[in-house]
Amino acid sequence: MYKITLAIRYLLKRRITYFAVVAVALCVFIVLVVMTVMAGLVGDFKEKNHLFAGDCVVATESLVGFSYYEEFVETLEKADFVEAISPAVKSYGLIGPQGSGSIGVEIMGIDPAMHSRVTGFGRTLDYHKTDVSKAFEPAYDPNLIGCVLGKDLLYQRDSYGTYTIGDGPGRAGYSVSCFPLTPKGATAGTKTDMVNTKTFYHSDNSVSGLARVDGSMIYLPFEWAQKLCGMTNPNRANAIHIKFKPDVRLQDGCDKVASLWQSFREGKTGDKQAFLLDTVTVRSWKDYRRSSIAPMEKEQTVMTVMFGFVGITTVFIVFVVSYMIISHKSKDIGILKSIGASNCDIIQLFSGFAFLVGLLGSGIGLFTGWLFLEKINEIEDWLFGHFGFQLWDRTIYAIGDIPKKIQLEVVVTIFLSAIIACLVGALLPSWQAARQKPVETLQVNQL
Amino acid sequence: MLKVEGLHKSYHMGATEVKVLKGVDLAVKKGEFVAIIGASGSGKSTLLHIMGALDRPDKGAVEFEKRDMSRFGAGELNRFRNDAVGFVFQFYHLLDELNVLENVYLPAMAGKSIAGWFARRKAAKNRATQLLTQLGLAERARHKPYQLSGGERQRVAIGRALMNEPRLLLADEPTGNLDSSTGNGILDVLERFNETGQTIVMVTHDDRIANRAGRTVMLADGKIMD
Repeated sequence: MYKITLAIRYLLKRRITYFAVVAVALCVFIVLVVMTVMAGLVGDFKEKNHLFAGDCVVATESLVGFSYYEEFVETLEKADFVEAISPAVKSYGLIGPQGSGSIGVEIMGIDPAMHSRVTGFGRTLDYHKTDVSKAFEPAYDPNLIGCVLGKDLLYQRDSYGTYTIGDGPGRAGYSVSCFPLTPKGATAGTKTDMVNTKTFYHSDNSVSGLARVDGSMIYLPFEWAQKLCGMTNPNRANAIHIKFKPDVRLQDGCDKVASLWQSFREGKTGDKQAFLLDTVTVRSWKDYRRSSIAPMEKEQTVMTVMFGFVGITTVFIVFVVSYMIISHKSKDIGILKSIGASNCDIIQLFSGFAFLVGLLGSGIGLFTGWLFLEKINEIEDWLFGHFGFQLWDRTIYAIGDIPKKIQLEVVVTIFLSAIIACLVGALLPSWQAARQKPVETLQVNQL
Repeated sequence: MLKVEGLHKSYHMGATEVKVLKGVDLAVKKGEFVAIIGASGSGKSTLLHIMGALDRPDKGAVEFEKRDMSRFGAGELNRFRNDAVGFVFQFYHLLDELNVLENVYLPAMAGKSIAGWFARRKAAKNRATQLLTQLGLAERARHKPYQLSGGERQRVAIGRALMNEPRLLLADEPTGNLDSSTGNGILDVLERFNETGQTIVMVTHDDRIANRAGRTVMLADGKIMD
């Protein structure tokens, strides 16, 4: 009991310990804020990628696509672990308002209703959220063939990250040009037929929150995309997006799809278009979007490592403070030993002191961090309003509010790390204190 | 109660070995008040520290209540220091962070687990308050050591030393840092406790102070002189 009493008194009565507490609080504050924002950004980015791709994707990177996709879709429809399926055409083309210059875009041919059951496509639309099946029907003339444009292709965000648009898509036609390819990869047409061009009318916008997608993607009706890309006769697709039933684990589902694909592919051996199946892979959405997600994850890892160094700084600060406290308390150690305290008791006393520094410091750091995160967007708005400072430029980055949702596991990890850092910092000084001989510390010339 | 035989102790000062005790023999009976007198540097404090298990001899034996202390393990030595012996130092050695009452009952706290302390807390506080009353410090219980005079601090140190009712009280120059009249007051306190049966071994370099003890032994040249 005296160890707890003395540890508390050392904490309260020695001003230098306040510096240690403040140092720990600052480190915890910084780590909590940065990790929360970073984890929020990465989590949000992953979620957006998941919504873009579904759970599992059977796809080829080849622009030629692969045949027999309808048969594999039928196979998947019979599987009890699959909830929804959406084949897609993915290619590249040129678009431009009728009669003007063109820009390069990514083309995605989908059935909007099917694709919305598998992905979050429906939720990304501005005007057809409630009836996604009509996403390609322009409201101003449902008889026209529509297209959904990535919103950043048409509009710019303002400094607050919002688009300034009218009540609905204007009557605008976009000519889309693609280079049709044969199953062997050669251009399907010659001379003037080298390029397929078709005009589509702006029916809706899509905001996936993925800057690259929203800035370069145009969604077309599946059949029309097939025609433009020469993926008919035989019908071909580039990808099949799959959504699993809720109780199916991602990896288990992907393994089952891979197994089905393997059997399907073996069944097609010797068929005329079988060679197109060689480049098809079965991947989870994480692997399918790896090239997008990996840099973010890498940044998060780098940040974690950097803040590991902040943790080392905390250890060093606590070490220095503990060392100073203990060097001033050698007389106390002698007294305590003279009344029966053991070496272990001395280690416990100063470890308890360090624990309290960690407890108080991390408590203050977590509380102020939580308070700061609660108001982080208001603070940023105020800074932007008064000084023009933004954490990131909303006209460039497809990020809205700064993520501020604190994750319990992050809090627990930071809290425990701070306390462990304090205990580690105090370990050596405590051990040295415990080794002091009472006769030496109580000598007259030591006073 | 306490028997010291052939005690040797030396220290190293740089490359030089200084032999402080060169075969000390001493016996202390229960209820005795023994003063060990000697010049500065004669090894009085070293002898006292060895008798109180704060230090170990190079050679020789210390028996406490017929038990060889060299056979005590670390835990036994800690228990011995906690409840069998009480120390009074020349410079009081009170803990600045604790008040007078807390300083006095500190040994009782040190000897108990948290649960044990909560079970005995009231009794320990009563004992500490009773000691402070005996020492004339009842009004000073909530004061911090720095608010006390030297004599008051030493009385607090005596209270702390007697808290666990030790069989042996070891006092190292208890009046060495006090003026004559305050020092006499401290000796009065020690005499009073000795009259109630407390065994005391006191170290001093002052003949007049040593004469207040029941028996005086002289330490010179590392040995007890008859």
